[in-house]
Amino acid sequence: MKILFWFLIIPGFLFTSTVGLLASWIDRKVTARVQWRVGPPVLQPFIDVVKLLGKETILPRTADKITFLTAPVLGLVSITLISTILWVMIADPKVGFLGDLIVLVYLLAIPSISVIMGGFASGNPIASIGASREMKLLLSYELPFVLAVFVPVIKAGGIIRIGELLSIQAQSGAFATNISGFIALVVAIICMQAKLALVPFDMAEAETELIGGPIIEYSGTPLAIFKLTRASMLFTVPMFLVVIFMGGIVLSFPGIIWGILKYVLLLVIIVLIRNTNPRIRIDQAVKFFWGPVTVLAILAVVLAFIGV
Amino acid sequence: MSHKVTIPIGPYHSLQEEPEFYQLTVDGETVTDIDVRIGYVHRGIEKVAESKSFDKIIFLVERICGICSTSHPMASVLAMEDVSGVEVPDRAQYIRTIVCELERIHSHLLWIGLAGHFLGYNTVWMWAWKYREIVCDIFEAITGNRQNYGMMKIGGVRRDIEDEYLPGIMKGMDDVLRALDMFKGAVLDDPVLAARLKGVGILSKADALSYSALGPTSRASGVDKDVRRDDPYAAYDRVKWNVITQKDGDVFAKAVVRILESYESVSIVKQCLQKMQKGPIDSDPKELPEGEGIGHAEAPRGEVFHYVKSDGTNSPERYKVRAPTFMNFPTFKATVIGETISDATIILAAIDPCYCCTERMTVVNRKDKKTILTGEDMIKMSQDKTRRMYKRMTGKELA
Repeated sequence: MKILFWFLIIPGFLFTSTVGLLASWIDRKVTARVQWRVGPPVLQPFIDVVKLLGKETILPRTADKITFLTAPVLGLVSITLISTILWVMIADPKVGFLGDLIVLVYLLAIPSISVIMGGFASGNPIASIGASREMKLLLSYELPFVLAVFVPVIKAGGIIRIGELLSIQAQSGAFATNISGFIALVVAIICMQAKLALVPFDMAEAETELIGGPIIEYSGTPLAIFKLTRASMLFTVPMFLVVIFMGGIVLSFPGIIWGILKYVLLLVIIVLIRNTNPRIRIDQAVKFFWGPVTVLAILAVVLAFIGV
Repeated sequence: MSHKVTIPIGPYHSLQEEPEFYQLTVDGETVTDIDVRIGYVHRGIEKVAESKSFDKIIFLVERICGICSTSHPMASVLAMEDVSGVEVPDRAQYIRTIVCELERIHSHLLWIGLAGHFLGYNTVWMWAWKYREIVCDIFEAITGNRQNYGMMKIGGVRRDIEDEYLPGIMKGMDDVLRALDMFKGAVLDDPVLAARLKGVGILSKADALSYSALGPTSRASGVDKDVRRDDPYAAYDRVKWNVITQKDGDVFAKAVVRILESYESVSIVKQCLQKMQKGPIDSDPKELPEGEGIGHAEAPRGEVFHYVKSDGTNSPERYKVRAPTFMNFPTFKATVIGETISDATIILAAIDPCYCCTERMTVVNRKDKKTILTGEDMIKMSQDKTRRMYKRMTGKELA
């Protein structure tokens, strides 16, 4: 019962999606102000989702119906699960199990996989091109991302429990304050931009090329679930980085402010990158991630081994 | 393993503001063939023109395009002045030049914005359009409209530019210059943009010549052609300016040409404002004699060509328009094939296409709704028509 409450209300589904939608409002508003527009009111992301929920769901004739409809749910469930685990950990670092870090890294890939599933299941050529791009992107950024996640593990002496990573950071300072940890954080931020499918790595959706790509055939409730997943990711993925690189959030009076500031810093970086870059091509993205970013990540791992 | 997929761009697509239909045949991400279908926004302007008086035709052709909305009237009045041989007062020539160049600035800024949007760089889009507002405001002040200015008239212009507006226009031009400096820095020096645009969609000089590409599309490929210099109209021969060319022919070169051309336009506007003398703006001709005339003007997208045949009445016997996109979009065959889908969109956008301006005729077979007249059919129809007209006019068969 307690776990169900955690999963569905706080810190799970309700909390994550509410904060996520708020974060997506901040993203939209800041983007609008950067672009000399007025931007939407606070409630607009909520209204969008509620309105989509009430719209008709159209199933394309060519689609594989079960996969087509389960794909969005899969993404939302996994991102909610990540958020739940992270926040339970933040509240009480002693909870958790050996290897929960690995579980989270796996779960973080599932929203992308759900997009790929949905894209291929819809049977639309544009969606399948988008899905294949998403797949290439996933393959390209996972390697440096995992390497970056290695760095805190090495720093903590081979510990793969998030709770212990948090308590070590609470004692000896955040990992990002070291050179290797900082490089790893930079790599992770670049990979996060790709995970969130934001410019310059939004080539899977590419509205002016593929008109939404994998989600082109989605409408009504499944589309709302995808949007909700997107919004939740905008909250959860930066939180994951805050936890493993930046010392997490201490749930006491000054600590919580610092925690929020850490998250806002990451959000600002995301919005800045997104507004100062054009979309790059998928081949350029693969070259970028497997080239300079992976080299940077390996450098961080080596430095962490040396102990810098 | 090769798996061929057809990607439709259109008839309605978020890439384009107008309906048109490209079918890209792709192999993986690489485009192997392109098929273009236009004709969704055919409006029968030429036929309508034949039923309107010469005064009204100028307003009609102004509606061919919302963006180059002074190039078409410009070419139209040039064609009609070619028929009548009427002299245009100096001040009117300068005002025409100013309006034409302001239009070029706003059109190029619009393109920069759209190109940014197609690349997913929405900040450039919004910023370019914000600075385009300066030009639109100037237009509103001097012509009364932001678009479709209604300035051109056979033998002159319809409105004078009042002296009180001159400082405002000068200041506006300085603001535009600052914005252009910013774009030159932000767009041309951005490494990511360079990676996206350089070497993409190359139109070689030979291809540009064989497809008869026009305007910035050809000048980016090193074809040194510009109607404003080669056959000066308005006051272009009285001001100092340069024709901008680039060698590479890729999308980046097209962007460079457009940005640098905007600088020239600012300089032309400023020179015209300084050189303009007080005087009449209209020679007010009363009628058009019988005869034929052509007029061509350099629109922001390339040469606009108008032909008029007058039979001495108050409306033309034949009116013919050729918009620049008509010559530019066949270059897709040379530029898009072999590139990836991601690049196809920006290559399609790089010629700054304007479809409803281009569309003159389409024939659809209503039985299968697919067959459209082929090039040979069109040539045959054209030859038949020449024969008929020859017979009617001379009473003899054409050999």
